Amino acid sequence: MKSLDSILRELPFFAGLDEEHARLVGGCARNCRFEPGQYLFHEGDPADEFFLIREGKVALDVVVPGQEPVVFSTLGEDEVVGASWLVPPYHWKFDARATSLTRALGIDAACLRRKCEEDHDFGYLMMKRFLPVFVKRLHTTRLQMFDVYRKR
Amino acid sequence: MTVPRHSALVPALYRVGEVYRELPDTVTLRLVPESGRRPPYTPGQFNMLYAFGVGEIALSISGEGAEESFLHTVREVGAVSTALARLGVGARVGVRGPFGTGWPAVQDTDVIFVAGGLGLAPLRPAIRRVLAGRGHYGRVAILFGTRHPAEMLYLQELEHWRQRLDVDVSVTVDHADALWHGNVGVVPALIARTTFDPNRSVAMVCGPEVMMRFAVGALREAGVPDERIYLSMERNMKCAVGLCGHCQFGPEFICLTGPVMRFDRIASLFSTREI
Repeated sequence: MKSLDSILRELPFFAGLDEEHARLVGGCARNCRFEPGQYLFHEGDPADEFFLIREGKVALDVVVPGQEPVVFSTLGEDEVVGASWLVPPYHWKFDARATSLTRALGIDAACLRRKCEEDHDFGYLMMKRFLPVFVKRLHTTRLQMFDVYRKR
Repeated sequence: MTVPRHSALVPALYRVGEVYRELPDTVTLRLVPESGRRPPYTPGQFNMLYAFGVGEIALSISGEGAEESFLHTVREVGAVSTALARLGVGARVGVRGPFGTGWPAVQDTDVIFVAGGLGLAPLRPAIRRVLAGRGHYGRVAILFGTRHPAEMLYLQELEHWRQRLDVDVSVTVDHADALWHGNVGVVPALIARTTFDPNRSVAMVCGPEVMMRFAVGALREAGVPDERIYLSMERNMKCAVGLCGHCQFGPEFICLTGPVMRFDRIASLFSTREI
C-alpha cells in the first residue's frame, strides 16, 4: 500500500516536491471520499482542512437568501479546494459540495501552517505552489465578472 | 451553376427556408438561393446579410443545410440583426459573399476548438468538417463556455457531439444554480483540464475578444505555439471587400485577411488599445 507521501508526489500539483517536504505535507494529510451531494465544508465553518481533488468534481456555491444556491465555480482533478485556510480568520467564505463521487487528499490546515512557520524555506516553497493557483483563479474570476457573453 | 453575382457589392436574392429557434433572442436561418446554387464556402467565412429596408450586417456562416443553403445564426442585438432574426419562412433576404478567410484545413493533428457564447456559430462548420473526417485527426476537443445553462447554443448538436466517444466535449457556464451538474467557470480554464499534445495541436478560438485573450494565454501556457492558434476576429464590416476601411485592424482589413487570423501574425496588435 502506498504511503501518503508517495501519493502526494505523484500528484501533478506536488510534482517535483523532494522527499523531505513530501513527508512534511504527508504528515498533515489524509485520504477522503465524498459522495455526490456531500459537502466538504460550509460557509462560516473554520477553515481547518482543505482538499486536493484526486478524482471527481466539487462545486463552490454561495447561499443567496430566498434563492437556490448560486454555483460560481467547479473544480476537478488535481485542483485545490479552498484558500481561506491561508489567511486569518481561517473561516470558509462559501460552500463546497461534491457533485460526483470525489476522492481527495484532505490536508490539515493548522498542521501545514505550523510547519510553514517552523521552516520558512518549506513555507516559501508551499506558497510558490499555492499562490499561482489563487492568482489564476482571481484572473478567471475577473473574466467571469466581465460577463462577456451579455448582449451589447 | 452558382448564384449569379454581378459584383461582390450586389446582393443575391435568397429566401428563408426554415427558422430554427435557438434561444429566446437567437435564431438560425436557413437561406436558400432564389435561383441557381449557393456559392462554395470555407468554414469560418462570413456573408453580408441584407434585411431589406433596414440594412446590412456581416454574419458568419454557421453551417450548410438542405437545398444547397447557408445557415446563419443571428441574435437580436441591433436594428438589422433584430429584423433578420424576426424574418419568417419565405421572407427574402439579400446575401453577398462568402467573404474572408476560413479556419485552417489541417489534418493529422490534435484539434482544440474553444468557443464562447455565439462564438460557437462560426466554429460549427469547422467542427462538423473535423467530425466528418474524424479518422484524419488525433485528439479532438470542443470547449464551450456560455453565460448560463439556459443560454446554450445548439443544445441538441452539443449533446450529439458529447455522446461520441471520440470527441472530448467540455461545457462550462459563468453562473448556475445547484441543478446544473456541469462545469462552472470560464472557458479558458477548461484548456488546462484537457488532454492534447500542444506541439501537434491546432487551436481554433472564437468568442468575445476578452475571452479570446484569456484563451490564448491558457493555450500558450499549455505549450501551444502561437502559429498553431487561430482566432476569428470581429470588427465592423461594411463593404466586405477591403474598400471602406471600417474593419481596419492595424495594417489589416479583417474582411480580407480575416476574420480567421493566425495568432502569431496579429500578436503585436492583439492587446493594443484603440485598435
